[in-house]
Amino acid sequence: MTTATPAPTTVTLDDYKPLFSEENTWCAGCGDFGILAALQQALVQLEIAPHRVMVVSGIGCGSKLPDYIHCNGWQTLHGRSLPAAQGFRLVQHDMTVLAVTGDGDGLGEGGNHWLHAMRRNVNFTHLVENNQTYGLTKGQASPTSGAGYISSTTPDGNVEFAINPISIALAAGATFVARGFSGNVKPLRNLIAQAIEHPGYAIIDILQPCVTWNRVEYTYKWFKERVYDLADEHDPADKTEAFRRSLEWGDRIPTGVFYREERNTMDSQTTAIQMEPNRPVALRDLPVSKDQFEALKAKLT
Amino acid sequence: MTEVTYTIGGSAGQGVESSGAGLSQAHARAGYHVFAAQDYESRIRGGHNFYQLRASDKLVRAHTRHHSVLIALDDVSVPQHLGEMQPGGAVIYDAGRDDVDAGAIEDSGARPVAAPLVEIATTVGSDRVMANTVALSVASALTNFDFEAIAQVIRENFARKGEAAVEENLAVARAGYEWGAERVDGFAYRLPAPPPRNGAGPAMLIHGNQSVALGAIAAGCKAASGYPMTPWSSILEELIDARHLGIVVQQTEDEIAAISFALGASWGGVRALTGSSGGGFALMVEHLSLAGMNEVPLVIVEVQRGGPGTGLATRSEQPDLHFALSAGHGEFPMIVTALKDAVDGYYRTARCFNLAEQFQCPVILLSDLFVSNSLVSVPTNELDLDTVVGEIDRGKTLTHAEIEELAESYGRYAFSEDGISPRAIPGHAKALVHGMSDEHDEFGAITEDQDNRIAMMQKRMQKLEGASALMEPPTEYGPAEAPLSMVGWGGTWGALTEVVDRAEGRVNLIHYTDLQPFPAGGGDPLERAKKLVAVEQNYTGQLARYLRGQTGIEIENKILKYDGRQMSPDWVLEQLEEIA
Repeated sequence: MTTATPAPTTVTLDDYKPLFSEENTWCAGCGDFGILAALQQALVQLEIAPHRVMVVSGIGCGSKLPDYIHCNGWQTLHGRSLPAAQGFRLVQHDMTVLAVTGDGDGLGEGGNHWLHAMRRNVNFTHLVENNQTYGLTKGQASPTSGAGYISSTTPDGNVEFAINPISIALAAGATFVARGFSGNVKPLRNLIAQAIEHPGYAIIDILQPCVTWNRVEYTYKWFKERVYDLADEHDPADKTEAFRRSLEWGDRIPTGVFYREERNTMDSQTTAIQMEPNRPVALRDLPVSKDQFEALKAKLT
Repeated sequence: MTEVTYTIGGSAGQGVESSGAGLSQAHARAGYHVFAAQDYESRIRGGHNFYQLRASDKLVRAHTRHHSVLIALDDVSVPQHLGEMQPGGAVIYDAGRDDVDAGAIEDSGARPVAAPLVEIATTVGSDRVMANTVALSVASALTNFDFEAIAQVIRENFARKGEAAVEENLAVARAGYEWGAERVDGFAYRLPAPPPRNGAGPAMLIHGNQSVALGAIAAGCKAASGYPMTPWSSILEELIDARHLGIVVQQTEDEIAAISFALGASWGGVRALTGSSGGGFALMVEHLSLAGMNEVPLVIVEVQRGGPGTGLATRSEQPDLHFALSAGHGEFPMIVTALKDAVDGYYRTARCFNLAEQFQCPVILLSDLFVSNSLVSVPTNELDLDTVVGEIDRGKTLTHAEIEELAESYGRYAFSEDGISPRAIPGHAKALVHGMSDEHDEFGAITEDQDNRIAMMQKRMQKLEGASALMEPPTEYGPAEAPLSMVGWGGTWGALTEVVDRAEGRVNLIHYTDLQPFPAGGGDPLERAKKLVAVEQNYTGQLARYLRGQTGIEIENKILKYDGRQMSPDWVLEQLEEIA
């Protein structure tokens, strides 16, 4: 069995043009387009060939993304992309793995998986397409919907407190925590590139207008008036300050890297990987050593 | 007599399990056939647990309700088990106890053995905790079990505590054995010489969960995940202990994550396993459907326990057959098979990995609590690695070397004659692996096109036809001409085969293991039988109901047990009296 073929020397945007799907079903102007563009550009910027990338998604508008990019991809179940991405990554630990979730998908249905992905620190990138609503099912309130949001399930206005993905990620031990805005593709591209290169779990909370269901707040215009870049005024090694900044929401909304640290990843702590760090578990031969197997049996005699 | 049954009763925390395991190990080492079963409550301290060891010069496959020796460590043991003693069987208890009525034991026909357990432990030894060792030694003397076999286990178990600890425990054991040896007159339950090994090699003492784990390891399972739940947990723990064999094992935040993680690993190209019990398995069900839709091989072990709800966490039942057969929304191919015992569990688990990859679908392996933690002596060479490795069949899995040879563009869900598409291991430039859990086309991309939908449904469901041909018909055991045929499945194999052996031609057994897809000819033995009785460890007779659907044959007689206690051969024989 051979190991992976070497990546082509140059990777272009054409390499990531979708081949699988003839039609993109996102609404015209959907924030997902900016995220898709930023992701494609980031992968090109990092010169990662499409066959070395696996994009795992959940269910929702944004989770159709694997159909719209030419690389390996798997759309799983609503809320369940994170454990699947981790299982994949640990047996293919030299591939670039991204999980793409929505806010309802990744932070609601999959909330428990999200908390534990952060403390587990498997090396993959989590893009949260955060449009503050359930777009595909017609605009019901999501975990990040604002107070008073009116929808078919919140006719009197949303009474639940919006969760703050950045604060939670910081508290749960995520080692790379950032926020981007799908309307600012170039900075988002840079954030995605940094997240992919980060050794460990990296989350980017991506503010993404839903042009169909968010007509007043959380529109392109609304965000453009508020977002600012943290880079000039914040040291991402300062976790306390990162917490303080994470609470900022309203007239000014910070984007950029809130926090970054290097902690042992699951790669370095998984015995099977470390036995043969240069060959992913999935590319190894199946049979185990006869001596080791007999030793297991001998322990039972 | 060719066999002796020891039963050790006590409360949780009194060392019932460790004493029983030590005694079992000693008997297996000495060459006897051993079957050891636990009965325990869902608590860390207190209550009443018991451990039963059957040792024989013949194969034993089940527990019994009849004890030759009862070691009563608590005040519940005697009242609870006295009525189950074999005539003249010994009840061993500490001489210092005033709650045991020796007269009542004698009146019952058993023999009271008030032994100086604590006295020996505290005079020959220095700690009353060694009273259990004294009791085991007294019992061994009564049954003619070789002291040296006890001594060997003591040496090993106490070696890490130092030479002084070994010597102290040996002295205590010897004193107990000598005390017992003076009281063997007239005791009927004496072990014969152990049977010859005939080159079989040393015996392992192995339970069903260990054999499943070994089967997975032998088959090349490279990823496993799970969440702790009785009785499944020890499979996860055994695999974690084998991580140095190159297996990625992850304890996850819940069972939903466990199956998602394992599916992710399988999507990455490895053989993967997950599992749980009852409620934990219920949480996994949505992902069975995903595995069906995206054609991801996966082995899911369901170690059944008493339900519903939290049910009987530490007790055995077969309540999930119907649930497993139909688990998952939508229609998709899924294979369901049930293991019979520990040896079968080893080979069956390995076979599940082949089936999962051959048909690129989920495979559910049903076990149960009783098989999962009952220890049975098995010669090490009976669980053979080379046999399993020689049978490894990855179906249409494409390694990177094979992908390199691909001439055409690759689509993960390419149509084919048998419904099975080549499954590329991701990471190679010539085969991007793309699949959406929405209905998809040959390249895995979403489409709601009607013609494609029909073709894809047929492609997936067609795989069941291929799988059906590989399913094993039920095992027929016992005299073909018997007037009555028991119909059972899974982990009752041990008890039901013993019933056949003891029934002297009155009954035989039709025992199902491969359940879905239903094996070709799977109903034939039912057609041939003179009279049928379903014997199951559940309330509704789930196998009988399933067989009616598959074969049209109604099994009217049913022996059903749903008290959480595994059926013993004795109990089944009593029930059969009412049928025959």
